[in-house]
Amino acid sequence: MLIAARVAPVTRHIGLVPSVVVTHTEPFHASKAIATLDYVSTGRAGVRIRVSSSPHEAALFGRRDVPRLNLRDRDDPAVREFTAGLIGEAADYVEVMRRLWDSWEDDAEIRDAATGRFIDRDKLHYIDFAGDCFSVKGPSITPRPPQGQPVVSALGHGPVPYGLIGGSADVGFVTPQDAAQAREIVTEIRSAQGAAGRAEDTLHVLGDLVVFLDHDAGAAAGRKHRLDELAGQDYRSDAAVFTGTPAQLADLLQEWQQAGLSGFRLRPAAIPDDLEAITRDLVPELQRRGAFRAAYEASTLRGLLGLSRPVNRYAPAGRS
Amino acid sequence: MTTPRKQIHLAAHFPGVNNTTVWSDPRSGSHIEFSSFAHLARTAERAKFDFLFLAEGLRLREQNGQIYDLDVVGRPDTFTVLAALAAVTDRLGLAGTINSTFNEPYEVARQFASLDHLSGGRAAWNVVTSWDAFTGENFRRGGFLPQEARYERARTFLQTAWELFDSWRGDEIVADKESGVFLADAGAGRFAHTDAHFDISGQFSVPRSPQGRPVIFQAGDSEEGREFAASSADAIFSRHGTLEDGQAFYADVKGRLARYGRSPDQLLILPAATFVLGDTDADARELAREVRFQQVSGQTAIMFLEQLWNRDLSGHDPDGPLPDIDPDPGENTIARGRASVRMYRDPLAVAAQWRARAEAGNLSIRELIIEVTGRQTFVGAPATVAGAINTLVQADASDGFILVPHITPGGLDDFADRVVPLLQERGVFRADYKGSTLREHLGLAPRPAGAAS
Repeated sequence: MLIAARVAPVTRHIGLVPSVVVTHTEPFHASKAIATLDYVSTGRAGVRIRVSSSPHEAALFGRRDVPRLNLRDRDDPAVREFTAGLIGEAADYVEVMRRLWDSWEDDAEIRDAATGRFIDRDKLHYIDFAGDCFSVKGPSITPRPPQGQPVVSALGHGPVPYGLIGGSADVGFVTPQDAAQAREIVTEIRSAQGAAGRAEDTLHVLGDLVVFLDHDAGAAAGRKHRLDELAGQDYRSDAAVFTGTPAQLADLLQEWQQAGLSGFRLRPAAIPDDLEAITRDLVPELQRRGAFRAAYEASTLRGLLGLSRPVNRYAPAGRS
Repeated sequence: MTTPRKQIHLAAHFPGVNNTTVWSDPRSGSHIEFSSFAHLARTAERAKFDFLFLAEGLRLREQNGQIYDLDVVGRPDTFTVLAALAAVTDRLGLAGTINSTFNEPYEVARQFASLDHLSGGRAAWNVVTSWDAFTGENFRRGGFLPQEARYERARTFLQTAWELFDSWRGDEIVADKESGVFLADAGAGRFAHTDAHFDISGQFSVPRSPQGRPVIFQAGDSEEGREFAASSADAIFSRHGTLEDGQAFYADVKGRLARYGRSPDQLLILPAATFVLGDTDADARELAREVRFQQVSGQTAIMFLEQLWNRDLSGHDPDGPLPDIDPDPGENTIARGRASVRMYRDPLAVAAQWRARAEAGNLSIRELIIEVTGRQTFVGAPATVAGAINTLVQADASDGFILVPHITPGGLDDFADRVVPLLQERGVFRADYKGSTLREHLGLAPRPAGAAS
């Protein structure tokens, strides 16, 4: 969060999406922090929400007991109940952040010298959220951010988080191993989106990929191999690991895009090598194919994602 | 040789959400846009100030059960603004008010250690406490903390945060490519802390920051607040800006340090101060009068009166006399989320004083409120203000001042251009920064690496 804020004044177009652990933090603090990131970046803020299921992370905060479970055993009813509870809390957390962002109407600050009023308090709203894990009164201490609603994203690896993405997010990050799996995941998320009554909303599903990129495929694989040797084991990730050339990666991205993904979150395997290879070699390759922008077409992150500025949920019809 | 003169410390306070801030002035800009914060920070840095200070309140204030609408309302998140300011300044200290009641030590320690890294050693933390269920309605735990436990929680919160900051010595990261060793000590950052308020353990994930710990400020004026400052703070933010009042406070607080094994120079006394500058003293006095009328509108005067009277007085004419009825002596329920109402310990006695003053001066409600809520510390031509500041510091009424401009964001510009050069000429304020960290600007000794608290 602070790193995103530190970077904001020295960049102009790129979106900034810090992660927020929802399980141990306050939605009121997170909401105003992301709103403020939107102000300091003039409309480029997003947030990636993350649940924390590990006992050792819980011990850092000391506020709740976390059961010791084998979370990979999804057939264990205790695991299912625990996971559903965490994800349910995350959905409530997003709801509170979103309501707080809307808790000031855009034109609430009036500076009316005649009546001495700085704000029109009828345009500020208590959110009165009450859920299983927390209640939040509102309104926010921070006015509605430039984008209205900063972009909400989440990473998911299974049906329960896909439900969270479908129900609450603007962007979902997923980790398919191939195009067929990408298609299945997108179908599952679209179905969750429909079930949540959001079928009309824009929801992007982005594929995560770890990338070793080099001028020839052998060199890329060789770099991975050298790191595996040094580490004494094969590199594993939740996302698929790609080694190859910019043209091969462009082929793969376009194939997966055909399967229903809107785009990708590339994780450079080695910094700065693979990040530079992505920007220097992959991006021009995609631009040649007409598959990636040559210039920024919008000044906000919502704009870059094709999301319009949303109407405030608390504004009466006819008042924006 | 004459006695060495004390060096003055100066800081800028971003204008707050109270009636000191004049929003109705045509020059008044946004209180939310980052450009306003950047403007004030750059002005303060151009003037070689020690730091910029941000206040915080976690619930919008209410009066008569409604959101208070006569002052500036709303502010951005403290950490986010300070981290962004680190990108547009190089030397200026960055001080934020962070509540110890509705936060947890692990998270706050991570945020301050990160801010200290991102700013190259310029972070400061004003530790405040609150307990009220009113603010708690915005947080998971609600109003969980009894009022009498708030300083105890603040003390243990700070103690716990110090353990986290000190869990890294600063020499653990070797990042040796040849040997493949990143950490010389795999136990770096390990901590375990248990007391009545916190039971936490694990590994702190932010390596030691340039200052080791952020500079610690304390702002409470109560007996407990003074004791907390004497035991734990590097600077105290007070409201005692006059000579006698300031000297008494200064002597009192500095006198408490010895019992914690600390010397008087280890705690700076920095009162908040407002100022109005003019070409001549007479001009400044006239301007100051105008500012007071801007700060206290008729509506604001009635609201102030209600806070003491603890009654709805909306039917009264601000340009007329004080109400005939007395204040409601019960628990003050009219204003919430505001610290100032607790100052009226004996409302009936204060009301009697106000009545006497209004009758003696034939003052209306508005004129009286303008007099009794006076907040202008320095009024005069630049030389007069520079002289007054220096006199107070040399007389041990303070170690410097946290200046609160009444116009956002340009309210410090004149001070920077016209008063600071005079202080520099007198040799009592730095002509340039000598160090790069806030601790160095404040003349505080560096934290030894991994020192036990």
